[in-house]
Amino acid sequence: MKFLTPRILTVALLVIVVALTPVVLQSNYYLRVMTLIYVFGLAAIGLNLLMGFAGQVSLGHAGFVGIGAYAVGIAPTHLGIPGLYAIVLGAGVSAAVAAIIGKPILKLRGHYLAVATLGFGFLVALLLTNEASWTGGPDGMSVPRPVIFGTRIRTVEQWYWITGGVLILGTIIAYNIASSSTGRALRAIHDSEIAAHTVGVDIAKQKFKVFVISAVYASLAGSLLALSNGHITPDSTAGFLRSVELLTMVVLGGLGSIASSILGTAVVVLLPQVLTVFHEYEHLVLGLVMMLCIILMPAGVVPTILRRIKGRAT
Amino acid sequence: MKKLSGHPEPHNVGAASMTAAASLFTAASAQEPIKIGAVLSVTGPASFLARPQKRTIEMMVEQINASGGINGRKIELFLYDDGGDANSARTFASRLIDQDKVVAMIGGSTTGTTMSVLPVFEEAEVPFMSMAGALQVVKPVKKWVFKTPHTDTMACEKIFTDLVSRKLLNIALVSGTDGFGKSMRDQCVAVAPKYNIKIVHEESFGPRDSDMTTQLTNVRRKSEVQAIVAPGIGQAPAILARNYKQMDLKTPMYVSHGVASKEFIQLAEGGAENARLPVSALLVGDKLAQNDPQRAPVLAYIKAYEAKHNQPVSGFGGFMHDGFIL
Repeated sequence: MKFLTPRILTVALLVIVVALTPVVLQSNYYLRVMTLIYVFGLAAIGLNLLMGFAGQVSLGHAGFVGIGAYAVGIAPTHLGIPGLYAIVLGAGVSAAVAAIIGKPILKLRGHYLAVATLGFGFLVALLLTNEASWTGGPDGMSVPRPVIFGTRIRTVEQWYWITGGVLILGTIIAYNIASSSTGRALRAIHDSEIAAHTVGVDIAKQKFKVFVISAVYASLAGSLLALSNGHITPDSTAGFLRSVELLTMVVLGGLGSIASSILGTAVVVLLPQVLTVFHEYEHLVLGLVMMLCIILMPAGVVPTILRRIKGRAT
Repeated sequence: MKKLSGHPEPHNVGAASMTAAASLFTAASAQEPIKIGAVLSVTGPASFLARPQKRTIEMMVEQINASGGINGRKIELFLYDDGGDANSARTFASRLIDQDKVVAMIGGSTTGTTMSVLPVFEEAEVPFMSMAGALQVVKPVKKWVFKTPHTDTMACEKIFTDLVSRKLLNIALVSGTDGFGKSMRDQCVAVAPKYNIKIVHEESFGPRDSDMTTQLTNVRRKSEVQAIVAPGIGQAPAILARNYKQMDLKTPMYVSHGVASKEFIQLAEGGAENARLPVSALLVGDKLAQNDPQRAPVLAYIKAYEAKHNQPVSGFGGFMHDGFIL
């Protein structure tokens, strides 16, 4: 029961936020920002499973976002596959790609793994930029909106509900993974690979599993982003900066906690919007906030605050 | 959906049925500022385009407000920087419409950002003036989307007219693979037969390539090439021009209107001493782009801005008109 508390709390809070935001903030702009938080939150949760739980760094996760995004762009326009199936297709392709590259590169550790994933991210971005006849090149391509039950899903509100729902589902699944034997094995790997190996954890298999899972999360997020935007470019989906942004969301929120990934995402998405009041100094302030967070809260925003609260209670 | 279509309704009803209310409305709005939005790629790879745009629009607003505004109403500018990222451009676009309630928007420094914000303005039925060069922005024609720079076809035709007058009929196309370069390349290929111009060789470069000597070497090997036409935008054509100097090529070179800015000359000049050749070729490009609001050079602040910024002014006029109709 004690272990269930944060999980139920997070999901309940999330449901409340998703349900109440449109009531409190009646503006497409807010819904749009919230949609972005939900979408990137999904990708961040996936990345956190890989980084926070298994301790494996990925600097190319936006590559999977790109695959998911371009799947829903390319499949309907070039292959005649409707948008909803294209999401599944994108997730499948991402999982397959993750499986193929995961086998060799997950043998690498630390910086070497980071560089290998970095290379993967760049490759995807390059491919999307250069295969102009399929992807529309650097200026991107437009994504046809899917038709569900005869209606074309295109308004901000509709996408708000869809992405919110998917994020809630994704959060529940992530919590289930974290509390399953896989989750425990991953945490053991994170603490010490040798120790985990000694107690009988199949390290290669577990790492591989979580890599594929996190790729599917990123791919789903990419598909949702593409469908809700209606237009995609390589830079805005698979670009290196997008990978860094995902990493920032996870690290800023706090590694190894699913709720903090979502909060970290909220901070990263909201900050540039809030900071526009500073005009020219926007980037300066953004950098300053990031630096202060890292210096003052090295464990991440959420764990630090939680510890503070707990410290006061005792 | 409901909110979007519901918003302009009160105005329409007010104007149509209740004349008294309508006159009250206009009287009240005489003091209210006219809100105009702009989303520009002030930072990031397209900053060389957006910085002059930003300075220009700020200057314009200042001038119009200093001279009493439009019909006695001051202009209030909401300017956001999308950093060249199509995703954040879209977020800022919906922020302009839903949050700041602008009556019109200028922006979309690049074709990519423009294309991604298009649907927002189409759905909200707010006029949107793009500064992207590529034809796909306005083709097929959209009700609420306009663009100021002339299309690629026009640029190609101007270059070709000049080529014909100089009797340089065999050309090599060295085009960028970005949307702008691609679109202009296609247009150039399409109009070339009209001018009896033969494209004897074709090369391409990526928007972020840092060296184009390979492409130029290939061009040099073809002896029948009489001129090089390089449609492209951003830093890449500048690097092309720099390599062109370094390789001491003699064939005249033409670049597109997408690079007609001071930054381009600076970048291209950086390397060699014999900078004259490309710069003189550039002057042709400069002339082509005389009424292009994209360039809005720094010089314009001091003198002769009237002629050059004619178009943005009329753009503002158009916005005003649209704003009142709404």
